Order: sequence, then C-alpha cells, then structure tokens
Amino acid sequence: MASSSYSNSPCAACKFLRRKCMPDCIFAPYFPPEEPQKFANVHKIFGASNVSKLLNEVQPHQREDAVNSLAYEAEARIKDPVYGCVGAISVLQRQVIRLQKELDATNADLIRYTCNEMTTLHDGRRIGEASSTFSQSPSAYYYPSPWNNDPCAGDAGFHRGGGNHM
Amino acid sequence: MASSNSPCAACKFLRRKCQPECAFAPYFPPDQPQKFANVHRIFGASNVTKLLNDLHPHQREDAVNSLAYEAEMRLRDPVYGCVGVISLLQHQLRQLQVDLYCAKSELSRYQNLSINTNHAFVGSESGAVGYQHQQNNNSGSAGVGTRDNSNYYQHHHHHHHHQFFPQQQMVRSFDGGSNYDASLLAMNISASLGQLNQLPAGGGDDRRTVNNPS
Repeated sequence: MASSSYSNSPCAACKFLRRKCMPDCIFAPYFPPEEPQKFANVHKIFGASNVSKLLNEVQPHQREDAVNSLAYEAEARIKDPVYGCVGAISVLQRQVIRLQKELDATNADLIRYTCNEMTTLHDGRRIGEASSTFSQSPSAYYYPSPWNNDPCAGDAGFHRGGGNHM
Repeated sequence: MASSNSPCAACKFLRRKCQPECAFAPYFPPDQPQKFANVHRIFGASNVTKLLNDLHPHQREDAVNSLAYEAEMRLRDPVYGCVGVISLLQHQLRQLQVDLYCAKSELSRYQNLSINTNHAFVGSESGAVGYQHQQNNNSGSAGVGTRDNSNYYQHHHHHHHHQFFPQQQMVRSFDGGSNYDASLLAMNISASLGQLNQLPAGGGDDRRTVNNPS
C-alpha cells in the first residue's frame, strides 16, 4: 500500500532508461512521463549521469530551473549541432553592440543640441533635464564573447543586470 | 613524418595514447587542458565524439568552441549556464531599445525646437514690425512674439515627456532570434524579463542512445 502514495507511472527518464522509477528518483520531479522528448534531448546531449551530477550540485529549489535550462540548451544543440544556443548569444551580442552604437550617436547629437541651446536660451534648467538620457545603459558587456575576434570580447565592465555569475 | 609528440589535451586527460587519427587532437591542443576538462565534465567525451562525428570536418572547430563556451558558462553558473547569458543579453537589449527610443524622442524634440526657433526668429521680426506698426495704429495685439512661443514649447515639452515611457509594441518589434526568445519565455526563468511568447513545438531526435558519458 505504500507504493500507492507514489506515482504509478515511471518518470520520462526511467522510462527512457528502462529502469524502475524509485521514489527517490532524482529525475522524477523534473521529467514527467508526458514529456518524453525533454529527457531524450537532455540525455542525448549531456548524458543522464552528467545531468544527475549537475542536479546534485545545485540546491533543490534551483533544480527545476537547472533542468529547464539544460533542456533548452539540449534542444538548441539538436536544432543547431554546430553552434547550439551559442548562436543566439552571438546574434544578441551583435544586436546589443549595434544598438549601443546607435544610442551613443544619438546621445552625441543630443549633446550638440544642448550645447547649442545653452548658449542661446535663457532657461538652462529645462535643457539640463535632457542629461538623464545620456547615461542610461552600460556600454560594457559583462560576458565574454564566444568568439575571440568579437569586438566586445574581454570587456569586464559592471553590468547592472546583476545575476549570479562569477 | 612524425605525429605530434605531445598527446592532445583529451588523451592526456583520459590518460590514453593519443593516436594519429585521434578525433579530439585537432581541437583540444595540449596547451589548453581546461578546455577539454570543462567539455568532458559537462557533456562527456563520448557525447562530444558522437556530436563531432555527425558534422562535416570544417564545422567541427566551431562546434568544439561553442561546446567549450557552453561548458564554461555552465560551470560558472550551474543553474542557468548559457541560458542566463541569453536572458541577460535580452534584458540589456530591451533596455537599450527603451533608451534609444527616449533619446531619439528627445532628439527630435530638440530638432523641432531648433526648426521652430528659426521660424520664430523670422516671424518675430515681422511680428515685431507688425506690432509696432499696429501699435502705431491702435493698441494692437501681441503679435507672434517669442514669449508666446516659449509657452508653446514648454507645453509641448511636458506633453512629449509623458510619451517617453516605453511602448510594449516598440520593445517587441526589436526582438531578434525569435525562436530562442519564445523558448526562454516558456521556461519562466526570471519574472523580470517581461512579456514573452509561447514555446514553439520543438522537434527532436527520437533515436535512443546508450549512455556512456565517460
């Protein structure tokens, strides 16, 4: 009767590995039987024992996010075997660089206008309010580029996003 | 013809003889031991071998480098790995979009101000003349006058200031890599990411493989 309090159906991992799904199965909470592809992908790219080691290294409350991020990376790698999710990182970094340059150019134009205005208008206080636009975004990128020849590689400036890296 | 005297980083790590046809040797030079150590720890040597075997030789170097990057990011951040980097970049991108929108709005305001100031100078001269002319005739009206224009600009400044808050549509239109965006949203990694799309139906390989991570 004790077994009736546990799931009758093995988790997707144990089903895939063709083994008995024990009550303390580390995969069971994160690989439900109705999502077989999730474990299949993760197993193909990382391997079950590597995933098990990774899960054991994080706190229980973090494991769901860890599994989901592994599943995302595995799926990305299956779709793009050469670059995986690193391809997305490259694209995003290029977009960030492009927008940052555009913002810098726009701010430079604004500075020119405000300098001109300050010399011609009496009400300098209103022009000064525009200065809040100038220092909005960080111009340094916290994460190293995947590719050594990327212009943003190696910048280690502070990123206000924070996060639990390094 | 002599093969490399030094075993590659992979064979050194695995403590085996580095054969001339070693699949890892071109991509894991002996002077970068950490690269293979990271990749092996996250993906496993046999998984890497299988991945490389599925690719053309000219693609393998990029594949190894991207795997090495993913492994390093996962070791730095065991919970989110590369996905954390993607999240952060997306957040950074959205913030830049907002900032750019604000800056451009401010710039166009100044450009309009400059245009209208030029017109006002032209107008005020004729208005002043007209005023004086009218004053000569009767009590006259205030004419164009720069003072009225200042009030006009102040009013429009406040009006435009309320439009500086980010538009959700504007933010969404700049999203790139939409597939990756959609997947991230479905993962619900961080509530601070804002609006997200649904995960597209993902295809995968149904092949079953025996797990030999070492």
